[in-house]
Amino acid sequence: MMRTEVVITIVVMAVATFFTRFTSQAILGGAGISPRLKRFLKYVPTAILTALIAPTLFAPHGYIEISTGNSYLIAGTIAVLLAYFRQPPLVTMGGGMAAMLALRSFGF
Amino acid sequence: MKTKEFLAGVKDTLPIMVGVFPFGLAYGIVAQSIGLTSGETLLMSLLVFAGAAQFISLPMFAEGAGMAMIALTALLINLRHLLMGMSLAPYMNGLSMPQKAFLSFGMVDESYAVTISRVQAIGYSAAYQLGSNMICYVTWVVSTIGGILLGSRISNPLSWGLDFAMPATFLALLIPRLTDKRNLMVCLIAAGVSIVAAVTIPGKWYIIIACLTAAVAGGILEGAENDEN
Repeated sequence: MMRTEVVITIVVMAVATFFTRFTSQAILGGAGISPRLKRFLKYVPTAILTALIAPTLFAPHGYIEISTGNSYLIAGTIAVLLAYFRQPPLVTMGGGMAAMLALRSFGF
Repeated sequence: MKTKEFLAGVKDTLPIMVGVFPFGLAYGIVAQSIGLTSGETLLMSLLVFAGAAQFISLPMFAEGAGMAMIALTALLINLRHLLMGMSLAPYMNGLSMPQKAFLSFGMVDESYAVTISRVQAIGYSAAYQLGSNMICYVTWVVSTIGGILLGSRISNPLSWGLDFAMPATFLALLIPRLTDKRNLMVCLIAAGVSIVAAVTIPGKWYIIIACLTAAVAGGILEGAENDEN
């Protein structure tokens, strides 16, 4: 069962999302890219990954919390250490999530 | 050769899917609980294929927000794709427009991060990107179906600590990138700006603001160092 109005909204969301994914390809296609733009683009991956998670770790409830009461920050630190010591992604993620589950079950 | 690269993309992306699966489950469960039908819930994962945008649309559907509002929010949350697409564009020049469009549809945070790491390590391969995209898509759709089937039988998995799956995934992708001073600086700047922007500016603008600031700073730092040499 699907409602027409909801389906149309979903299709419009899909178009908006595809627009953000495809526009750069469509525009930058054949044109050369200046060295300055290239230097900027090189740092996009690091910048995006950081921007996506830093607020979740340091301000999970909408305000900055740098304390041992912030379970996101503690579990995050454990994941960072695992990744830093060159553990495979699965170990980093598993360790971080296990730490989070443990902290939650102790009532953090 | 192509098959080998496709499989390499699959293999490099698969471990990261551990972090995506709980989100698909949670999306399926929450979508049902706010009153979307199974068909609508699945359709959104099939067509939109964007976790954050889908999640944020749910309370808006529940409140009866208008179509324009929901679509604009999706657009804003996904603006970062413009930058991700830009950083991949130079490598995808040799592909036809339909190929670019197809690969762009599958470009999500995880497949992008895996693909760009491979580009910077070995070089670009469309087959590799396709493999990475495909695994992300299949995982997202299958986990959505899982969430629909579980429905109200279990509580939202994100409430038992699995909401940490996403930060853990991105940390696993981010930390190995920080091997030089400039990437470390970019990371610190992006962290500082995104945290301050997230607590002061409403909505999801902090992602794009922090990304632009930090990537520009990285480019300037590199430019300045090149001039010295």
